[in-house]
This record gives sequence, C-alpha cells and structure tokens, in this order.
Amino acid sequence: MLPKEFRVRRVRRETPDTFTVEIEAANGDQAFGFAPGQFNMLYAFGVGEIAISISGDPQAKSLMHTTRVVGTVTKGLGKLRPGDALGVRGPFGSSWPIERAAGCDVVVVAGGIGLAPLRGALYHLVSCRKELRRLVLLYGVRSPQDILYRRDLERWRNGGLQTFVTVDRATGSWLGHVGVVTSLIPHAPFDPVNAVVMVCGPEIMMRYTMLALQKRGVSEERIFLSMERNMKCAVGFCGHCQFGPEFICKDGPVFCYDRIKNWLGIREL
Amino acid sequence: MQTVEEMILKHPFWSGLNPQYFPLLQGCATSERFEAGQLIFQEGQEADHFFLIQTGQVRLYAFVPGRGSVTIQTVSAGAALGWSWLFPPYHWHFSAQANEVTELMAFDAKFLRDTSEANHDFGYELIKRVSSMLLQRLQETRLLLVDFYGFPR
Repeated sequence: MLPKEFRVRRVRRETPDTFTVEIEAANGDQAFGFAPGQFNMLYAFGVGEIAISISGDPQAKSLMHTTRVVGTVTKGLGKLRPGDALGVRGPFGSSWPIERAAGCDVVVVAGGIGLAPLRGALYHLVSCRKELRRLVLLYGVRSPQDILYRRDLERWRNGGLQTFVTVDRATGSWLGHVGVVTSLIPHAPFDPVNAVVMVCGPEIMMRYTMLALQKRGVSEERIFLSMERNMKCAVGFCGHCQFGPEFICKDGPVFCYDRIKNWLGIREL
Repeated sequence: MQTVEEMILKHPFWSGLNPQYFPLLQGCATSERFEAGQLIFQEGQEADHFFLIQTGQVRLYAFVPGRGSVTIQTVSAGAALGWSWLFPPYHWHFSAQANEVTELMAFDAKFLRDTSEANHDFGYELIKRVSSMLLQRLQETRLLLVDFYGFPR
C-alpha cells in the first residue's frame, strides 16, 4: 500500500492538453511487471494521488502514463520535470484479454484519450501479429490535433495494424474520415463472429459503441471495455469506485461487457 | 471487374431485397469512377442520381465564407451517398468530392422515384433502406453534439 519512489525520465506533450510522463524506479530496479490495461496510483508529492492507466510497452524498462490536465493532481504531474520524484503504487486491476486474441480478428476501438489504456495491448498485439487473423484499430478524436501517439500509429500500421482514424471536425489538410467512431463499425474489416473487441473511451462513447458492435453481430462475451471511476485506495476497500456489485479498481478496470452491461445505463452509478 | 448486376447483388444497401427487383435496378444503374479530388456533385445542383459507394471514400462538404470548404462527414465503401434525390426540390444540400479513387454505382433518381410511385412494394423496400441510412446519420450527428470524446472534468 505504500508508494515506491520513482523518478521522471521524460515528459512528452502529446496534444495541447495531454501529456505522457515516463518514469523509472529511483533505486534503479527495472522489475515492474504489468499487464496491458492495468493502472497505477501516481502520487504527486504535496498535491495528491490519482489512478492512471499504464500506457507504455510491457516490454520496456520504463513506465509510461498518459493523462489529460483535468484537476489539481494531473496539473501537478504536468509540472514534473526530468529527475523529479513521484510515488507509485501498483500495478492494479484486470487486464485486456490478450490470451483470447490468438486465431481471432482483434478489433480495438478507442475514443479520445481512451487510446492510452489500449496502447500496451496494441504493442503486444502488433508484436504477435502472426498469431492473429485481422488486427484493426478504430480510433475517434475531436480533431486531427488530438490524435495521440502518431509515431506509434505509423509503426503499428507498418506492423500489420489496419488503422482507421476519424475526427469530429476536419481541420487543416485532413483527408481522412470525418464522423464519430461508431460510424466506422458497420463497414470495418472484421468477422463479427470471430472477433475479440477491446473498447476504451468516455462512457457515452462506449455505450453507443456497444450498440454498433451488437448491430454488427458481435456477441456480448466477445466485447471487453475499460471503465473509469473515482479510484482512491485501488484495492477495493474504500468503495469510491463501486459500480453495481463490482469495484472498478479491483474487479476491473477491464470487464467483459456481459458482466457489467446492466449497470452501464444507470444514472446513479 | 464486377458487372453492375454483381455490384448490386453484393452491396449491403440492397441486402435482403427480393431478387425480382434486381433487373429493374440494373436497368437504371451505371458504374462510375472518380479520381481523388474529383467533384461528384455540387450543392444546389439537381440531385438526379442516387449513389452507392463500391470502393474509396467520399467527403461531404459545405463552402463556408472565410473558412473555405468544411468537411461535414465522410462516407466510405459499403455506404449510400445522398438523399436529396428523394425529396423535393431534388437539389443537393451539400457538395461531394472523392477523397481517393472512388467507384460508385449511380442510379437514375427520377426512375427510382417514378417506379416507387407505381410500385409501392418496391417503394417501401427503397424507403426502408433510405430511412435506415437517415436514422444512422441522424444518430451520428446527435452523438457529435454531445462531445463524444469529452471525459468529465
């Protein structure tokens, strides 16, 4: 439960309001295993602690976390510079069902900063591309300037990821898709019967993505989504992230859709 | 290369259609190819064709003074393009341009309207499909209005 001391290696500005903080253990220990989809509690000393999904390559030596400046703690994290200290607890929670992907069409659907919790899975999936049938990314953002991980997207594309990016508002010289990410689902190249789908984004985006996927013929037990709630203790004690009978921090954040579908439409949750 | 008949049979828009209507559709359809950047139709022009996209991608746009052409939406292979041809005054509301090399099936709009008036069974099948497309576009537009990718602050 006690945070370990880490040091900032690099802070990368991804978009005007999003950044990635790359950290490594202060004692030089490189053994920090995690599974794609899990999260850490990052503690900006003197400011506070926040849950942020691990967005780096599980094989890399350093840890990466991408977040948007939305409150005091993320603002504090955004001010960190190389060499600064921060506390880390984790990794916590469930992970993407990578083991189910072999021999299947794998479809990754991301909305906005929701690509961050999926990034580790994409690293892994591209690295084992030959074991999969199709590998498809459907990614929606507000505008071209909000696209995360451009270099990764290019690399993954070369590694066999079929990438479809769509924006709400086309600006500049954008010649790609324009429209919400759900509009890509009806004609995306995958077999709904043999697909495993991983979805992450704002809850409203995920709700309508579920409808579009089901309309396409993907069954509920083949859809996985990463949920976000106000996580505090990260081990299921405090109850802040309770979602129906589940705790997002302990039982999630990655859930099979058929397990939580009944709770998604309830306002009080 | 596919014949027009094969294209009609395989296009998702006509999925489930009674095969008796295929010769009728075939008689009013042509296959068209547009190069990247080529105009398909322009705002205000007569909407005399209904298009189904075979391959490629089309952008719908409006010209906004001071901002140039603003893309409203893109439509890709497997989808239908345009509904102004079905409702008076039969003029396009927006312009359409091929984003990349695009192959379309173009159906004679007046023929489809007249045939629908004369044969309500066919007209119902057509309207069901166009309505479904309209519903999908309306829902997508509404989702744009709710800021789909905005996480709570």
